[in-house]
Amino acid sequence: MLEPVRASYRDDKSLAWTRVNALPDFVYFDHSIHVSKGVGCTTCHGPIAEMPLTWRAGTLYMQWCLECHREPEKYVRPKSEVFNPYYEPPKNQLELGRRLVKEYKIQSLQNCSTCHR
Amino acid sequence: MTDNSNSNYSMNETIDLAAVRAKLAKDGGKRFWQSLDELAETPGYRYKLENEFPENTEKEAEGIDRRGILKLMAASAAMAGLSACTKLPTEKIVPYVRPPEEIIPGKPLFYATSMTQSGVATGLLVESHMGRPTKIEGNPEHPGSLGGTDVFNQASILTLYDPDRSQTVIHEGRIESWAAFLTAIGNMRSQIAPRGTGLRILTETVTSPSLAAQIRDVLKQFPDAKWHQYEPCIRDAAHDGAVTAFGKPVTAVYHLDKADVIVSLDADFLTTGPGHTRYARDFSSRRAIEGPGTKLNRLYVVECTPTSTGSMADHRRAMRASEVEAFTRQLATEFGIASAGAPENSTSSVPPAWMMALVRDLEKHRGSCVVIPGEGQPAIVHALAHAMNASLGNAGKTVTYTEPIEANPVNQMNSLRELVKDMNAGAVELLVMLGGNPVYDAPADFEFGPTLLKAKLRVHSGLYYDETAELCHWHVPEAHFLEAWSDARAYDGTIGIVQPLIAPLYQGRSAHELVAAIAGDAGKSGHDLVQGYWKSQRPEKDKAFEAFWQKSLHDGVMAGTALPAISVSPRTDIGREPASPALDKDALEIVYRPDPTIGDGRYSNNGWLQETPKTITRLTWDNAALVSVNTAVRLKLRHGQYMKLKVAGREVYAGVFADPGHPDNSITLHLGYGRRRAGNVGNGQGFNAYFLRTSGAPWMAGGLQLEDSGKKYYFAVQQYHYMMEEDGHPADTESVNAFRRDLIQVATVEEFQKDPNFARHPETEPGKKLSLYPGFKSEGYAWGMSIDLNRCIGCNACVVACVSENNIAVVGKDQVMRGRAMQWIRIDTYFRGNLETPEMYFEPLPCMQCENAPCEVVCPVGATTHSIEGLNEMTYNRCVGTRYCSNNCPYKVRRFNFFLYSDFKTPSLYGMRNPNVTVRSRGVMEKCTYCVQRINAAKIRSEEEDRQIRDGEIVTACQSACPAEAIVFGSINDPKSRVSKLKAQSRDYSLLDDLNTKPRTTYLARVRNPNPEIRE
Repeated sequence: MLEPVRASYRDDKSLAWTRVNALPDFVYFDHSIHVSKGVGCTTCHGPIAEMPLTWRAGTLYMQWCLECHREPEKYVRPKSEVFNPYYEPPKNQLELGRRLVKEYKIQSLQNCSTCHR
Repeated sequence: MTDNSNSNYSMNETIDLAAVRAKLAKDGGKRFWQSLDELAETPGYRYKLENEFPENTEKEAEGIDRRGILKLMAASAAMAGLSACTKLPTEKIVPYVRPPEEIIPGKPLFYATSMTQSGVATGLLVESHMGRPTKIEGNPEHPGSLGGTDVFNQASILTLYDPDRSQTVIHEGRIESWAAFLTAIGNMRSQIAPRGTGLRILTETVTSPSLAAQIRDVLKQFPDAKWHQYEPCIRDAAHDGAVTAFGKPVTAVYHLDKADVIVSLDADFLTTGPGHTRYARDFSSRRAIEGPGTKLNRLYVVECTPTSTGSMADHRRAMRASEVEAFTRQLATEFGIASAGAPENSTSSVPPAWMMALVRDLEKHRGSCVVIPGEGQPAIVHALAHAMNASLGNAGKTVTYTEPIEANPVNQMNSLRELVKDMNAGAVELLVMLGGNPVYDAPADFEFGPTLLKAKLRVHSGLYYDETAELCHWHVPEAHFLEAWSDARAYDGTIGIVQPLIAPLYQGRSAHELVAAIAGDAGKSGHDLVQGYWKSQRPEKDKAFEAFWQKSLHDGVMAGTALPAISVSPRTDIGREPASPALDKDALEIVYRPDPTIGDGRYSNNGWLQETPKTITRLTWDNAALVSVNTAVRLKLRHGQYMKLKVAGREVYAGVFADPGHPDNSITLHLGYGRRRAGNVGNGQGFNAYFLRTSGAPWMAGGLQLEDSGKKYYFAVQQYHYMMEEDGHPADTESVNAFRRDLIQVATVEEFQKDPNFARHPETEPGKKLSLYPGFKSEGYAWGMSIDLNRCIGCNACVVACVSENNIAVVGKDQVMRGRAMQWIRIDTYFRGNLETPEMYFEPLPCMQCENAPCEVVCPVGATTHSIEGLNEMTYNRCVGTRYCSNNCPYKVRRFNFFLYSDFKTPSLYGMRNPNVTVRSRGVMEKCTYCVQRINAAKIRSEEEDRQIRDGEIVTACQSACPAEAIVFGSINDPKSRVSKLKAQSRDYSLLDDLNTKPRTTYLARVRNPNPEIRE
C-alpha cells in the first residue's frame, strides 16, 4: 500500500496527492494555529484512521467553521490528544472545553479578516 | 488621446490669477491649497470635488463596443470559475521529496542583498516565498539603508518579473545560445590578441571591488584595451569639484544626524545621490519631536526646481540653476573664501538681509552645520562647498571624506567622449557594453547611435533588448541583481554582498560572468568569481573565511569595511576660478534632472513607477516641461499646451505644466521619458529630454526657445483625485476657524512653544459621548497608526511598498486620468502661501480605519466590517460593487476595481505576487488594511509561542519602507508602545475629526524651524 511513497523517495519524484479538504482561494486558512490550540485532527477531518480512501468528512462551509469559532469549548481537546485518531470527546466536554479554552487562551475569533483578506 | 477634459481639466484662460493672488494674500498667506483650480474654484474643479468617480459613460465606451464588452465578459466568466458552494476544481498537493533547507511552505524567508543605483549600494532584505522573491524591505544592518528604502528599491521586484525583459542571447536579430556567444567571444579574443588593440569596455559606475579587479585583469591581459564608464546621472561635478578643491577625487560622506543647520545648494540629497536613503533617515531623526523643547535642525534650500528636499526646507529660494553658482560665490565670500566675484550681470535674487541671516546662522553653528552641493551644479560649486565646510569647521564632524567609493573614479563625460572619439576614428574593434543604454541616454551631440555603428563588433548586455541592444551584433540578457552574485559599496564605502534570491529567470548573465568570458575564464560562475576575489583579499583562511563569508551574507554587510575618513584640506584660492557666464535676466533656461520616479530612464517599463505620482506635481505616466506660473503668464503658455522646446539647434516636443514654486524663466524637463524600446509599458510615454541634452551642458542650458504646436497635451495628475471636501466653510470667511480645520497643521517652533496644542481644536472635536452606538470596550490589541508630518519627505517609497505588498494593479494613464488609480496610500501635496514661493507639505493618507466608520454602515451586503481589534476589514468575496462605501468615505481612501486591472494572464507576474493577499478581480472595492496579512501572521506566531505581540513586531509595508520613519504602527491599548507615545503628544490630531469618525490613523503636526531673523 505504501509502495507509491517508497517509489517517490527512491526516484526523487514528488507524489501528486489529490486534495480532499480544500477551501476556496478567498479563504486564508492557517493550519498550524489550529493544531497548536488543541483542535484535533479528527475534529475537522473525520475518522481518518478508519478511512481506507480519504473522503471529506465536513462540509467545510463557513457556517461549519463558525460553529467551532463561536463555541470552541464544544470541540477543543487536550493538546496531548490532538493527534489521537481514536479520540472520543468525554461526557463533560463542555466543562473540559471551558477549562481548556481558558488554559490555551483560545480566542473565539469571528472577525472577517481572520480568514478573509 | 481622448478628450477627457472633465476628468483632467487644465488651467484654462478663465482662471483669474489676480483674484487668486488676492485670495491668497487675504488669508495672511496662511491658507492651504492644493491646486490653482481649487483657488480659482473653476467649474471643472468643483465637478471633480463632488464626483469622486466622474460620469463619463459615453466616453468610456469609446474603443469598446457592445459586442466587445460581451466577448470580454464571456471570456472572464469562463475564467471566473465556480463558487465555493459547489464542487471545487480538483487541486493537487505536491510536496517536496527533499525540501530545500529551511523552506516551510507558507512561511517566507528573508535574505540580505544590496541594490546599486549609480554603483552605490543600498542594503535590502528580500522576502522570499518558496524560492520566489516577492517583497523588498530595507536592511537595518546596512549603513546605506538602516531599514529604509526608496521607490526604486521597492519597484525593482517588478523589473525582475517583467515579461518584457530580454530573455535570450540575440545575435544580429536571431536567437542564439550562450555557448555560441562564448565561441564568438573566443574568436574575438584571438582577433584582438596579443595586445587587445581596439577592445573597449563601457560600463556604468562600478563600485564593486571584484568586478573592478576582473576588468583590471582584462586590461592587464590586453594592455591596449580601455575601460570607459558612463551613465546619464553622472557625478562629474562632484568628482571635478573634489579635484579642484583637494587635488584628488574623494567621496564626501555627510552626517546629517549631527547637523543643526543644513544648506543645500540645489542638492536633492533626501531622494537622489549616494546615500540618500540614509540621509533621509538621519535628517528626519533631527525632526523627531519629544516636546516643545526639542531642538530641531534647520534646512535652507536653494534650488532650481521643486523637490522633496526643497519642501522640507525651513527657508527655500527658487532660482534658475545657472544662478546658484553666483549665490554660492556670494556665500563663500562671506566666509573668507576669496572669490573671483559674481559675474557682472549675475542675477542672484537673494535679498542681502536673507543672506546675512543665513551667514550668521552658519557662523553660530560652526562644526554642526553643513553645506551640500548638488549634482546638477558645476564643479566650482562643489569646490566652494568643500571650502566652506572646511572654513566652518564642519570637516570631520558633519562631513567626512574618504577615498572614492568608485573603483575607478573618472570624469565620466570625458570617458565617454574619448570612446566616441575612438569610434569615430575607427579605432574600436570590439566594444563590450555592460549594462547602460547609451544610444538612448548619451548626450545628443555625441550622436552615439550612428557613432556606435563605427565600432566593428558590438556586444551589449542589458535587462532589456533596448535602443542600444538593437544596434549591437550580440545582446546578452543581463541577470537582474536579484538573480546574480556581486558586491558593491555603500555611500560610506561599506561592502555589501549582492546575493541572488532566485536562479536567473531568463538565462541572464551577470557582468562578472561576461567579463570572465572576455578574460578567457568563461566557465566560472558569478558566485565563484565574487567569492574567489574575497578569498584572495581577506586575511581569514579556510574555516575562518567560511564563517566570515556566511556572516557577511547573513548580515548583508561586510563588517568593518566602511572606508576610513581621510584628512584633506581645500586649496585656499578656489574662488579665483573663473565664473560661468550668467544668463540674461529674461532668457529661458532649461534644466535636466533625473526623474523622481523613473530615474534616468532605466525603469521606464516599470508600471509601478510610471503610475507613482511624482513628488509635489503628482504627475504620472509622463514627464512635463515644468514652468512657473509667472513665466507661463509672461510667455502666454497654458497648462497642457504642447510646445516645441528648442536648444542649440535641437528640439523636442513637450507638454507644459504649471508648477507652483518653480523659479521663473526656467523650464525643467525630467530625464528618462520618450523611449522607443523600453517595453510595452514605457514606450512612447512622455518627452525625451536626451534629445536636447549635450555633453557641454548636461544639467542646464540657456538659450531655450519655445514654439507652439497648436496642440494640447493631457496629463494624468493625481493631485485632482480623491480630494476631501471641507463642507460648510466657504473659503473667504474671515474666521480663523475656516482654515484651522485644515487637513494639514503647521506651526513654527515659536508658535509650537507658545501653544503646544495648536493642532488640537476642542471646539470641533466631538465629545466622547456623541454616538448612537454604545461604547465598545476594546481589550487586547487595538491597532492604530501615527504619521509624523514633520518627518515625511514625500518620497513615495510607502506608495510603491504598499503596491508591492498588496498586489495592487497598475491601471494605465487613461484610467488614472479618470481618477481610478488604485494605490491604497496616497501622498497629498499641500501648498501654502503665494504662487511663486509656496511652502509645500506632504500628507500620506492610508485608510483611517475609523472606529465609527461611515463606510461600514452603508454596505448592503456586509462586505466591510469592523474587527474586535479596530481594523476596518474588507471582504472581497462578499463585495458586489455598489460603491456606497466609497461614496460615504470622507477621506476618499477606497479604491474600486472598475475593470479587471490585475494582470491575470502574464505567467511571470504570478511569481511576484504576495501569496498572502488576494489578487482582486473587477467589481470589488479595496483599501488599505493595515497590512492585515502581517497582523494575522504575527498573531498566529505569538499565539503559538504563548506570548503577547511585542511592540514593533508588526511593521506595515508603508512603515517598513519609509526611510524617514514617519509612519509608526502598533497597539494603542499598550501605553508603552511607540504609537501610543506618539499619539499622546500634543501635536497629534486627526483629519476631519468633527465628523466623529474617530480614525485610528492620526497625524503629528508639522513644526517648521524658520530662522527668527528672516521674516518672509
